[in-house]
Amino acid sequence: MNRPRVTQFFSKRRDRVIRYVGARLLVSVGLLFTLAFCLFPVLWQVITALKPASDLATVPPFFPTQPTLDHFHTVFTQRPFARILFNSTAVAILTTCVCLLAGTPAAFAFAKLRVPGQRGLLTGILAVSMFPPIAIVGSLFLLIRFLRLRDTWWALILADTTFTLPLTIWVLTSFFRDVPDDLLRAARVDGCTARQALWHVFLPVVTPGLTTAALLTFVFAWNEFLFALTFTATDASRTVPVEIALFPGVHEMPWGEIAAAATVVSLPLLILVVVAQRRFVSGLTAGAVKG
Amino acid sequence: MRQRQNNDHPVLFVLPALGLMLVVAVYPLITTFWLSLRDEFPIFHLSCFVGLSHYVTLWNDPRFWQSLANTAYFTAVSVSAEVALGLGVALLLHQVFPARGLIRGLVLMPWFIPTVVAARLWEWIYHPHFGVLNALLLQGGLITTGLNWLGQPTLALHAAVVADVWKTMPFAVLLILAGLQTVPGDLYRAARVDGATAAQTFWHITLPWLVPAVGITVLFRTLDALRVFDVVYVLTGGGPANTTETLSIYTYRLSFQTLEFGYGAALAVVTFIIILVVSLFLQFLLRRVSATT
Repeated sequence: MNRPRVTQFFSKRRDRVIRYVGARLLVSVGLLFTLAFCLFPVLWQVITALKPASDLATVPPFFPTQPTLDHFHTVFTQRPFARILFNSTAVAILTTCVCLLAGTPAAFAFAKLRVPGQRGLLTGILAVSMFPPIAIVGSLFLLIRFLRLRDTWWALILADTTFTLPLTIWVLTSFFRDVPDDLLRAARVDGCTARQALWHVFLPVVTPGLTTAALLTFVFAWNEFLFALTFTATDASRTVPVEIALFPGVHEMPWGEIAAAATVVSLPLLILVVVAQRRFVSGLTAGAVKG
Repeated sequence: MRQRQNNDHPVLFVLPALGLMLVVAVYPLITTFWLSLRDEFPIFHLSCFVGLSHYVTLWNDPRFWQSLANTAYFTAVSVSAEVALGLGVALLLHQVFPARGLIRGLVLMPWFIPTVVAARLWEWIYHPHFGVLNALLLQGGLITTGLNWLGQPTLALHAAVVADVWKTMPFAVLLILAGLQTVPGDLYRAARVDGATAAQTFWHITLPWLVPAVGITVLFRTLDALRVFDVVYVLTGGGPANTTETLSIYTYRLSFQTLEFGYGAALAVVTFIIILVVSLFLQFLLRRVSATT
């Protein structure tokens, strides 16, 4: 290079500035596109829900000429939507309770005690969460009919447990493993039984894990469709996904109402995700990456 | 003391969970195998043993082969798109920028929306007359007449793939992002000292380090895509002309629409075995690749 040193220094620096600005620009544009792709469908649904019926049959205009809450009103007054929301909430909460009650001691034992055949059992449990629900929906249907549980909450709770209990056990086991073994030893020295150790020593420590498992189970049960479609028949137990999938229309689909209902059921989840994002992320990656 | 020890046996801790799994997973699975060897029409109280004849029928059933091909195509396209996009978005979200936590949360959103809602949302976007997709394409001059996205056999499966990618890409982002966060900063510093360019750093450090995370993403997404039901069922119901009928949808229709429980169970067993084999193969592959990098 026979260029004078000073200009070389400046050109190098300019290069770096250009590269830095270029990289920033690339990141910004990329983020913009990503957000547009991820958010547009959701926003469009909210916009649709706010449109008066006369606006639905034409695009453009893209935005409602006169925003209205009519569709929300119709959904709650002319359909049993409140009852269906109640079913969904009850099934999701009860499924979460069942999974935590059965899953917590199991996860504790897998992580901290010596269970005979432990590796095989854990692998088996993980395998269950991966098998296709369609493989058992037929026989579960016969079982539920035999137990006379058809069209009740308990049919759905039982069926949802097939997939949420393995998830709970898997997530909680990884949280229990992170607690040092010394804690159990210390509790034992103090005369605790394993059961007391779990209750008084470990549970307070793994509260974040319990929250994570509960959130994941709740969301899974809230969103579950195949079992709900098969085992429910009336408003007595029908859940939100089934209602939205089977939304009745006389001539044309009531798109405004579907959008309103969809907005109502997505809202709690969206709030949950933004508020408890870290919990979800730690739970999902704990199950996947560590395992 | 002895009594107390017995009360505390580890097996007692896992018993409730295992009991439940026995009832809701193992027993139904065994029943499905058993059902697949029988003719079972619950409404007619008809039930008899037919051996392996359902499996023979299945082998000669063109609808089975078509649903298998649909499922394989759906899986291959959607999983590759999800992992490629997921990798790109994860790299983006790994950069430093303002409001990062909020933006990460927003990107994850589609994954938490009920699949049925996601399907409805896309169905409305795809609507042949009132859909925003046709409106935008028409305004942009990219098409001259609106397309029937879900009604045209060549388009419908691809439309379903797009909806699925939208819904599950965040999951790929999540897992790959977690992998990115485990790359030791020392490696990057060492590369900079050695004068590596950004491209070299990415190619020789970031990517090899991400292999396990990407592998697990592929594994999870593949198993999920092979059993796909909700999104396609709500979007197209398997139509037009069965061009979007997946294995799960065909099984569901057999069992609950034509009420051929036995034949449906045989297809369920075959689906189960296919997924099991693919799962074992992918895990084997993952172990091999992880061992060599």
